[in-house]
Amino acid sequence: YINVLDSLYLCISRAGRTDLIPSIKLRHCCLLRNQRCLSAYLYDRLLRIRALRWEYGSVLPPNIRFHMCSEELQWFNQYKKSLANFMRSVGGEEGLDITQDMKPPKSLYIEVRCLKDHGEFEIDDGTIILLKKNSQHFLPRWKCEQLIRQGVLEHVMS
Amino acid sequence: MDSQSYLPVPPGVGMEENFLSLDDILLSHERLPSRTECLFPRLGYLEKSTDSQDIQEGTKMELPLWLAKGLYERKRRVVSIELPKVYREGWRTVFNADPTVVDLHKMGPYYYGLGSQMLHFDSPENPEIAQALLQTFIGRFRRTMDSSQNAYNEDTSALVDRLDSLERDCQPTLLCPFYEFLPRFCK
Repeated sequence: YINVLDSLYLCISRAGRTDLIPSIKLRHCCLLRNQRCLSAYLYDRLLRIRALRWEYGSVLPPNIRFHMCSEELQWFNQYKKSLANFMRSVGGEEGLDITQDMKPPKSLYIEVRCLKDHGEFEIDDGTIILLKKNSQHFLPRWKCEQLIRQGVLEHVMS
Repeated sequence: MDSQSYLPVPPGVGMEENFLSLDDILLSHERLPSRTECLFPRLGYLEKSTDSQDIQEGTKMELPLWLAKGLYERKRRVVSIELPKVYREGWRTVFNADPTVVDLHKMGPYYYGLGSQMLHFDSPENPEIAQALLQTFIGRFRRTMDSSQNAYNEDTSALVDRLDSLERDCQPTLLCPFYEFLPRFCK
C-alpha cells in the first residue's frame, strides 16, 4: 500500500498537481482504517475460535461450525493438530492432556447430574454408565470435564 | 466465552496503539474538534455545511482521531487539532486538586488512552498533559484498589461505573487470586 502511495505522489508532482495530495492522503487514511477494522474483526474471530478448542473440545457443535467460513475451519483443524502434537510431546509416553484440570481440582471424584440424554459412557475401569437425562452419577473428575463444558453434565455441589 | 481461554488483543501502552486491539479501534473513533489548514480539493461532499466542491482552508470540522493522526504533520500545516476540554488547563487543575472525585467513565470512557494519543499533536502543553494523566492515575489507583479489595461480597458497581476503561482492566486480575485465597482462611 505504501509503495502505491509513493508512486502516486511521484506522478502527481510530475504532473504539477501537488494540490491534490491532501485529499489523496485523506482517502488513503480511510482505506487504511477500513483495512484495520476488517483485520481486527477477523483476528478477533480467530482468537474466539481458538478459545473454542479449550471450551468445547476438539469437536465443535454444528451450530457453531455453521457460522465459520471454510478458512476458519481449516485454521481450527490446524490449531487442533498443533495442540495435539504438543500434548503428545510432553508428559512422557502417553502425552499429557493439558485441556483437563485447567483449574486446580478439589477432589478426585465428583457428583454429576445428566442434563440431556447422552447414551453410553465408558470410564477407565471398563464400566459403562448410561447417561440418561436427570440421572446422577459419582464419576472421576477428569472424565467429566469435557462433558460439563459441553453442557451434557452438571456438577452437583452438595 | 470463558475469560480464561479468550484473550483479546489488549490496548496499546502509552502513545502506541495496538493495530488489532478492538479497544484502540473504539478509542480512535472519538471525534476531535479540528481546523483544516490547507485546501482539500474535491472533498467538499464530506462537509455538509457549505456547497463548495472543495474543503476550504480554515474549515472547522470534527475529525475522528484516526483521521486526525493520519493527516497531521509536524512540519507542514495540514490540520490543527484542538485539545478536548478534559485535557486543558481548567480540568487539569481539578484533577490536581482531587483526582478521585471525577467520574472518568463519563468524561469519555478512554480518558487515559485518548490523552496519550493527544500527545501526538505536538501541543506546547504536552508535558503538562502527560503529567496530569500520570498524576491522576496514581491518585486514583490507591483509592480504587483499597475500596475494591475491601468490598468482598458487596456490590461494587457504583464504584466501577466511575472508572475509566484502563482502570477497569486493572481490576479483575487484582481481585481474583485474592478472593480465591480468602475462603481457606475463613473456614
